[in-house]
Amino acid sequence: MAEAGVEVPRAAGGPAGWISILIPVAIFAYLVQFVPQVAAGEVILWAYEWVPALDIRLSVILDGLSLTFALLISGIGALVTLYSSKYLGNHPEYPRFVLYLMAFMGGMLGLVLADNLIALFVFWEVTTISSYLLIGFNSDEAKSRRSALQALLVTGTGGLALLAGIIMLGNVAGSFELSVILTQGDMIRAHPLYVPIVILFLAGAFTKSAQFPFHFWLPNAMAAPTPVSAYLHSATMVKAGVFLMARMNPALGSTDLWFWTLVIAGGFTAVFASILAMRQTDIKQVLAYTTLMALGTLTLFIGAGTSDAIKGMMLFLVVHSLYKAALFLMIGIVDHATGTREAEVLRGLGRKMPITALAAVVAAVSMAGIPPLVGFIGKEFLYKAGLELDQGMIWVTGAAFAASALMFAVAGIVALRPFFGPLAETPKPAHEGPVFMLTGPLVLAGLSLFFGLFPDTIEAWLVAPGTWAVYGSPDVNVDLYLFEEVNAAFILSLITFATGAVIYAVHRPLRLFLARLFEANPIKFDPGWDGVLDGLKALAAWQTRHLQSGVLQRYLFVIFATLAVLSAITIWSRDVLAFDLDLGAELDGLLFKHWAVLVFVAAGSILTAFTSSRMTAIASLGVVGIGVALIFIMFSAPDVAITQLLVETLVVVLVAVAMLKLPRLEIMAGHRDKRPWHAVVAVSVGLVTTAILIAVLQGDIDRRLTDYFEVTSWPEAYGRNIVNVILVDFRALDTFGEIAVVMIAALAAYALLRGTYYGRPKDAREEDGQ
Amino acid sequence: MMNSLILNAATRLLVGLLLLFSIYMLLRGHNLPGGGFIGGLIGATGFVLYAIAHGCSATRAALRVDPQSIAMVGLGIALAAGVFAAFFGDALFTGQWLFIGETEDDKGLPISSVLFFDIGVYLVVFGSILTIVLALEEEV
Repeated sequence: MAEAGVEVPRAAGGPAGWISILIPVAIFAYLVQFVPQVAAGEVILWAYEWVPALDIRLSVILDGLSLTFALLISGIGALVTLYSSKYLGNHPEYPRFVLYLMAFMGGMLGLVLADNLIALFVFWEVTTISSYLLIGFNSDEAKSRRSALQALLVTGTGGLALLAGIIMLGNVAGSFELSVILTQGDMIRAHPLYVPIVILFLAGAFTKSAQFPFHFWLPNAMAAPTPVSAYLHSATMVKAGVFLMARMNPALGSTDLWFWTLVIAGGFTAVFASILAMRQTDIKQVLAYTTLMALGTLTLFIGAGTSDAIKGMMLFLVVHSLYKAALFLMIGIVDHATGTREAEVLRGLGRKMPITALAAVVAAVSMAGIPPLVGFIGKEFLYKAGLELDQGMIWVTGAAFAASALMFAVAGIVALRPFFGPLAETPKPAHEGPVFMLTGPLVLAGLSLFFGLFPDTIEAWLVAPGTWAVYGSPDVNVDLYLFEEVNAAFILSLITFATGAVIYAVHRPLRLFLARLFEANPIKFDPGWDGVLDGLKALAAWQTRHLQSGVLQRYLFVIFATLAVLSAITIWSRDVLAFDLDLGAELDGLLFKHWAVLVFVAAGSILTAFTSSRMTAIASLGVVGIGVALIFIMFSAPDVAITQLLVETLVVVLVAVAMLKLPRLEIMAGHRDKRPWHAVVAVSVGLVTTAILIAVLQGDIDRRLTDYFEVTSWPEAYGRNIVNVILVDFRALDTFGEIAVVMIAALAAYALLRGTYYGRPKDAREEDGQ
Repeated sequence: MMNSLILNAATRLLVGLLLLFSIYMLLRGHNLPGGGFIGGLIGATGFVLYAIAHGCSATRAALRVDPQSIAMVGLGIALAAGVFAAFFGDALFTGQWLFIGETEDDKGLPISSVLFFDIGVYLVVFGSILTIVLALEEEV
């Protein structure tokens, strides 16, 4: 127990810290052992029957694609948790943060490893929800809450579309197992539901991976703590959409619809985002927009779909995760140390923070695509794939070129200016970050260099198996190299560097120009989002005002009018009125006692409708009920009759009690004007009910159940009263449900009566008053 | 609450009779018209009458237990009677029977889980109606 007023200093993060670091490390170590098997072309499947009746299995597919993702998730996860233990270790809510982060990691791993589409969807939603919690981690800031809600609604809506798509695809393919679906590509592409399936899947993927026009939530999501941005919004979660497209490529890909949708959306997002990145001054925002650019590029090349394009995509996926996570973590260190992330303020930090600068420069060189970093190989293979395309060559290569050139300039902005030149004043004096925080960027930057120098390793371990999985066939030549010869791609790279250098040189005037341009642009997505939300709220308020008026009379009117109209439509459409009813003969069959009851009921009904006293109305309604009970007795249903009589008695008592509180009928304003309408509804309900009853009597009544109960009631259930035996024995479960409802209704009524001030007993109210 | 001497005096007799009758209806229900629903309604009518004649606080005092609790206990008894079958390997809510003093000609006195289920129904109906009626009457 902590003594009041005594601050106990805590080790970085406490137990939550090291547990959260050990979990991803263990997962990473476990997954690494599968690398040789997967690299040899094996696909490892494992399954656990979850809901067998619905064909939902918790099954795992471990191939090149899922293994690459799983290693990135657990590997970067380990570095990010290590980093967070220092970055947020002293935050009072740190354990909560770790919980969210672990939940996210679990969801993300489940998502990439799932073989069953339903399981994949469940994990997809887990990442959406945990992302919401992580973005809104600083929940005392309105901006965080708004950004979190925006991300949740955008990705959640996409998730619903995805669910619809999954169900359709499951029905088309006859299975929810990816390992089955992915082999049926030809059949799925020829199916009439192919187009809706693609649209729904892409709606899910584009929202999750922030493709234009759903891009606006991602830069806002940077309200999250920096480790979260590094982990979720660059390396893992936003790539879930890319993962989905890559995963479904063998089943849904290689059609014109798929090609052009992905290529146009991806290319546009990539170029658009790189231009937006140039406009920002907050380096974290710059990185956020470059992430959008990377997601666009990945989408573009999945769409392009040739084996080279897929190979380039897989390589760029790893390359981007490595350098982007490193840069995000780097800017977190800088922010921590200097108190600012403004590109205009930060200058010459290299001397004060040499290790951070080293990691930043290596990662940025990889981002710029300069040899010998792996980023160069990534860019080179994207160009090569783009140039060899049969269709859309200019568009794909052009988009990749424009994005890469801008990326080159951005690399200068995030790593050159802040660390070189004269040291500038910062809100806090700059100092080097702690070891735990430096580990992440250094390891990631080191990997970028290692894979650049030894491309064979990444090729054999991750890129080749990944390409087989996404391309849907293992007959693909995957050969990575740093430099082959002076070819078109290489020349294009040189032009990229030159263009990028020019853009960097003019980036400050360019930023001002872009800022003015976007200021003048009337179409703004983020305020537009607010408009959509406000509209939705107004719609909800409008329909609540109209449908939930709180006036019992109106509710009853709507309910009975709906009943009458829907029944009438059914009667008319089913043509059930086509019976011949000999009314004369039917009436002749009535005895005097039948007539007496009819008159009794009719007189009660008329009196109820026309009286001006509530007491008379309720009493005469009781008369109607008793008349109905008499009918039950005449047709020998004593149990029903007794129940009816008792309920009728109680209802009269209950309503009479309630009535004492109600105003007299005459005083109620406007009551008289509505009576014709009420009469119309009442007569309509009566007519349709009569029609339905007559129609029912026309057909043969199925007596199978009745016969069964009659025969078995005594020998099997030892009861001669069939009604009661059905209630308590044959259909006891139904009865149990009914009495549960009765009790809940009573408790609800009790809570309503007692829950409000005026609902409290008189004596308690009087006590309050004194 | 009505201040009627006749009603007051008559109720004292009627409540007892109605309660007795309600139990009679409950027990005979398996073979003749009656059962838990009807029994519960009759029993509740007795106390509703009492509440009209003597007021709600007198009724609550006479009940000794909150009507909500009676309803909940009833639901519990019904559930227990249903789950009871599981101990004999039968599906839930399968009736279990015991015939006390069974001979060749006579089945003897039957005791069954079905009876307990019906008692549960009785208590739920009884308790629920009184919950609503008493709350409403105290309100006015």
